[in-house]
Amino acid sequence: MDDKIKAKVMDNNKIRRSLHRMTTEIIERNRNLKNLAIVGIRTRGIYIGKRIAQLIKEFERVEVPVGVMDITLYRDDIGEIESQPEVQKTEIEFSINKKDVLLVDDVLFTGRTIRAAMDSLFDLGRPQTIQLLVLIDRGHRELPLRADYVGKFLPTSRRETVQVRLKEIDDTDEVLITEPADLKK
Amino acid sequence: MKMLVKNGRVVDPASGIDETLDILIDKGKIVELKPQIKVEDVKTVDASRLVVAPGFIDMHVHLREPGQENKETIRTGSLAAARGGFTTICCMPNTVPPNDNSGVTEYNLSEARKNAVVNVLPIAAISKGLKGEELADLADLAAAGAVAFSDDGKPVANSLLMRRALEYALPLKPFVIDHCEERSLSEDGHMHEGFCSHRFGIRGMPASAEEIMVARDIILAEQAGARVHIAHLSVKGAARCVREAKARKVRVTAEATPHHLVLTDAALETYDTNFKMNPPLRSEEDVEALLDAVRDGTIDVIATDHAPHAAEDKDQEFDLAPFGITGLETAVSVLLDRLVHKKIIPLGRLVELCASNPARILGLDGKGRIGPGADADLVLLNLGKEIVVEAGEFMSKSRNSPFIGWKLKGTPVMTIVGGRIVYPFAKE
Amino acid sequence: MELKSKHLLGIESLEPSEIRLILQTADSFLEISTREIKKVPTLRGKTIINLFYEASTRTRSSFELAGRRLSADILNFSKQTSAVVKGETLRDTILTLEAMRPDAIIIRHGSSGSAYYLTTFCRSHVINAGDGLHEHPTQALLDAYTIKQEKKSFKDLKVVLCGDILHSRVARSNIHCLKKLGADLTLCGPPTLLPPAFGAFDVKIQHDFDKALEGADVIMMLRIQLERMQKSFFPSIREYSRLYGLTAERVARAAKGAVVMHPGPINRGLEIAPDVADSAQSLILRQVENGVAIRMAVLYLLLGGKDSENVG
Repeated sequence: MDDKIKAKVMDNNKIRRSLHRMTTEIIERNRNLKNLAIVGIRTRGIYIGKRIAQLIKEFERVEVPVGVMDITLYRDDIGEIESQPEVQKTEIEFSINKKDVLLVDDVLFTGRTIRAAMDSLFDLGRPQTIQLLVLIDRGHRELPLRADYVGKFLPTSRRETVQVRLKEIDDTDEVLITEPADLKK
Repeated sequence: MKMLVKNGRVVDPASGIDETLDILIDKGKIVELKPQIKVEDVKTVDASRLVVAPGFIDMHVHLREPGQENKETIRTGSLAAARGGFTTICCMPNTVPPNDNSGVTEYNLSEARKNAVVNVLPIAAISKGLKGEELADLADLAAAGAVAFSDDGKPVANSLLMRRALEYALPLKPFVIDHCEERSLSEDGHMHEGFCSHRFGIRGMPASAEEIMVARDIILAEQAGARVHIAHLSVKGAARCVREAKARKVRVTAEATPHHLVLTDAALETYDTNFKMNPPLRSEEDVEALLDAVRDGTIDVIATDHAPHAAEDKDQEFDLAPFGITGLETAVSVLLDRLVHKKIIPLGRLVELCASNPARILGLDGKGRIGPGADADLVLLNLGKEIVVEAGEFMSKSRNSPFIGWKLKGTPVMTIVGGRIVYPFAKE
Repeated sequence: MELKSKHLLGIESLEPSEIRLILQTADSFLEISTREIKKVPTLRGKTIINLFYEASTRTRSSFELAGRRLSADILNFSKQTSAVVKGETLRDTILTLEAMRPDAIIIRHGSSGSAYYLTTFCRSHVINAGDGLHEHPTQALLDAYTIKQEKKSFKDLKVVLCGDILHSRVARSNIHCLKKLGADLTLCGPPTLLPPAFGAFDVKIQHDFDKALEGADVIMMLRIQLERMQKSFFPSIREYSRLYGLTAERVARAAKGAVVMHPGPINRGLEIAPDVADSAQSLILRQVENGVAIRMAVLYLLLGGKDSENVG
């Protein structure tokens, strides 16, 4: 698939600044940081979650545990997707019971991934609260969900794709809007 | 009315003929054989570009009547034979009840007279009830018209009984045909034992089970000075036994089936029960040895072992399905395509295997040859015609053939029995 | 990547990459069974029929748990509870069950090829849970998965498979699986239960158990069935056990760190000594645990994707 890049909406600096801002908001809202636990949704939610945990440690000297969640088994479109998604491990090595869980994902779109992630969380235990952090909210929600912390609101059309690239796996920090090349004229 | 079969390539190895000739038929007999017969008031059959051979004789078929008319009847079996180019078929005695008394033999013959379109010759049981315990009334059966004795489907396990049968049959015209299988070696088996059976997880029937019995029968026949005919020989070792015995002038003859000559045990990969028969499909090495035996005369006869089974009986788990496949309607095309066209044997040898030799072994004087005085039993073959085997076209009541869907070159196009065209079928 | 076939009939027809996909997928499922709530909604609304014509506790319950942990609905049928006792054929039984619109049929049957036979007329996914002497693919997969947990790589891993190879579907599936994964496989057993023709599977054949064990990294024992004795495959339990029973002394002949496996149920003191079965080297219970994860992986890979034939 040849995707055409339409715009670069965030660079390294913008991403860093918005993570800083969101970390501050998290600290303000969560007076008991020791009860906070981060669960990053595969794949890029993991790295954003880890960066947030690192920033909290820098700002407040509190170690917040980070777990990894694979939501494949909770998807509501299993059986409809043409190519079968690969199941990967969920690795949450702490109990989420009575924790304030911060779910982290890169892009909030229809809300279905977050629905699946919350279902998965409830199968793993009973958190005290669940908060949601996303780097990009691109709109087009299909479920009554909103994020508690948003890096950037980004109005998009449905046929566009938002690509978050992170140093940890993509060698660069940036957010791009792309569009399938063949659809443009 | 007289019939003239014109311009056919007449192939009759028994008379040493392979040339274009006309055949004049009157009152069920061949009256004249020469080029360009001129005669008036005659029904003419144009056989140009066709082979005319003595009608084929299948020494080994199961017609299922009486008792299992859902699988086949004497009539449907005879129609299948006619379509397949056979003018004479010998029916095995494992019916319900079995043909172990002259009443059943006579029933077979009278049903055949009424309903069959080809000659049907009954083979009677060796033992009462095919139980392998006591001899059936062999002389009675012979007098009633049995042409041979066999417990086919079951081997004669008891060597003493086999000895007695061979000896007792000595003064009679019928001879003993044995299904050679040492059951203690093969009883749990459903296919040939070898790498394929190990791969497919199907219990095996070792080649030794057949070879041992063939060897035993040869030894007993040699001792008694009796004739013995080995049914459906399928393994290399058994062929070797027969070859050696013939060299010693033991009175042994042997038959092989078309399927054992062209298929191997690898065909069972899909657990298709239409490839399940007894003896089972053997290894490639056995098939090679069998083809050698066909070429060098160790095998005298090709017989189909036509064994019809109801669809619901075959449509089961592999090890629950019965043994046996049909063969009358596919044999000739399979043999022409795979043996003659592939130059494994010449056409004349095929006619020997399917007509001259069975007639000689069965002692059928007027059959198996073309010449003045012979029965007007003929088969016309189109060697170049390509066919696809379609189950829907079978005249047999059953469709358990492994050859369905096969494209084959060469096919019988007309069958004449006693001067009557029995195939193609007259339109009703 | 996906499995090529909609059925799992055996290992022989799988590509090595497909085997690796199943093992890798099982990795993700292993964790679910350690949770307090051992369930994910993945196969919600799917119906799976567990049709067992042969008695089986572990395989049947392992499949049942695997299905339940994926939220599928499971129906259990045994030979006794089906209409087979009333003379119904397998085909009619399956057609009747299919009329209830299941998504998959898991079948254990005494006839080799029965799972394949089902696919000739069946709409559902068919999973072979053991067909006669032919194959038992999920057992071989869980065995491979268990080996992988311990030994990491199959390359040049020396595996000895000992017992009644001739009558074992577990052996056949394991032969295919281990060869495809690159292991160095030696079969062992008396010649009556390990005919020379098995050499054509491209494996080593060794009738002397002590020799076979030299340098072995994995020792897989097979259950010996007593009815084989009546058919003279071996003369006595005592003699079989002396020649082919796995004792601690024999384990000592194997490589350092060798592991012992058995598909179960075990005959203690017959093919395996009690102290060996219970030793730290024994992976027998781990095999059972891994069985659920492997079967979840198989169910997910077969039923989880889009099923074009069932759509519309």
